[in-house]
Amino acid sequence: MDLITPGSGLIFWQLFGFLGLLFILIKFAWKPMLAALDERETSIENALKAAETARNEMANLKAENEKLLAEARLERDTILKKAHDASAKMIEEAKAEAVKTGAQMIENAKAVIETEKKAALADVKTQVATLTLEVTEKLLRKNLSDDNAQKELVDEFVKDLKLN
Amino acid sequence: MTRKLLVLSLLLSAFMLTFSSKTYAEGSEEDKTSFIMHHVKDSHEWHFATFGHSHVTLPLPVIVYSGDRGLEFFSSSDFQNHETHAFGEEFAHEGYFIDEHDHMGRVDGASFIDLSITKNVVMMFIVMIVMASLALSAANHYKKNGAVAPKGAAALIEPIVIFVRDEIAKNAIGPKYKKFVPYLITLFLFIWFGNLLGLLPGAANMTGNIAVTMVLAVLTFIITNVNGNKDYWKHVFATPGVPIPMLLIIVPVEIIGLFTKPFALMVRLFVAITAGHIVILGFIALAFIFESYSIGIASTLMVTFINIIELLVATIQAYVFTLFSAMYIGGAVAEHAHDDHH
Repeated sequence: MDLITPGSGLIFWQLFGFLGLLFILIKFAWKPMLAALDERETSIENALKAAETARNEMANLKAENEKLLAEARLERDTILKKAHDASAKMIEEAKAEAVKTGAQMIENAKAVIETEKKAALADVKTQVATLTLEVTEKLLRKNLSDDNAQKELVDEFVKDLKLN
Repeated sequence: MTRKLLVLSLLLSAFMLTFSSKTYAEGSEEDKTSFIMHHVKDSHEWHFATFGHSHVTLPLPVIVYSGDRGLEFFSSSDFQNHETHAFGEEFAHEGYFIDEHDHMGRVDGASFIDLSITKNVVMMFIVMIVMASLALSAANHYKKNGAVAPKGAAALIEPIVIFVRDEIAKNAIGPKYKKFVPYLITLFLFIWFGNLLGLLPGAANMTGNIAVTMVLAVLTFIITNVNGNKDYWKHVFATPGVPIPMLLIIVPVEIIGLFTKPFALMVRLFVAITAGHIVILGFIALAFIFESYSIGIASTLMVTFINIIELLVATIQAYVFTLFSAMYIGGAVAEHAHDDHH
């Protein structure tokens, strides 16, 4: 058989043998294999994607947590500051109130004392007047009988007065 | 490892020389190298070795079809001298003979078709069986276990499948690659296994036979042109952007180009593999020509070296044939977005 002349038998067998092989392998080997490869590649890709998503979610969650924490901290600080301010203000107010009330009370007490004093003076004046009248009356009554008696009587009355 | 290989080749060369020198040393210069072409070409029998005067051969079926006598079956041993195993017109059997150049002939000169199971056909079947069993057992792995990591035969076949799909089909064909992947994988594996098994001692030069490469090239040609789209044919018969008078030259060139592509495929594989076999056998023949042990040792070292290169060539040629097939198919199915300028 010549080197560069194709032999008829070999062409025949090669053609039908190769086509048969092609048919069998496509049907029973390459199609299932390529399908399995595709399936595996898709599943790997999906798994990678899922992992990526999970990682992103984790990162988001963490960021959110940190944000929440920062917010909470800020809020706490605000609340503390407000409370501090409020208490300071209250103390200030209470002090002012106390001072005011004290002043008021002193004022009132002074007014009462004044009034009482005035009333007491008025009373004393009335008493003095009454006593003077009584003394005068008794003096006048005894005056007629005896001068000594009168004098005694005045002394007595004065003594009485002192004792009172 | 390398040292072991060298020692082994030394021993082998010494072994081969003791046997072969008796057979060939007595003959003429032509006899000493005739085994090269005998190995490279196809044959009606499978000749393995000759020890003195006894031949170790596998007789193969001879199948002949003729219009007047129909389909007939013989054995190649019917057509040869039982002592020397030589074919010749004088050993005609039932009106047919096989001449010294392994050509079939008919005594009465009428026409017939030789459909014999020759050495290369047997080799082809062996390659197909190896390939099919590996591929089917690989596919079985996925059928049994689902889409899991490869094991066993699947671990051997899967990287090749992925390589052909991603590096050859996807790159050379483009978005429509999926349809052609099975053909390209089969093509790659058939050529690769054919090349590799052809390197075994005693094996046939199957992928270095022009009939085999022709059939593969014709299949690529058919697939390319059957799948050719409007752009492809427009490019051939009315090349865009070329003035009408120039078309008279361009169109015939384009039409010739359709056929030169598969022709180049056919010749490239045939030449690369046949040349490799001839070089290896040429180095072996040196020992017989010079009838010297030292030349034999040197040439065996060279044969080992060339064999390693041939392993590379076997893979490269399988890759190149598949890649070019994919590129031709890719050219036929590609959508040209740039219709107006070309």
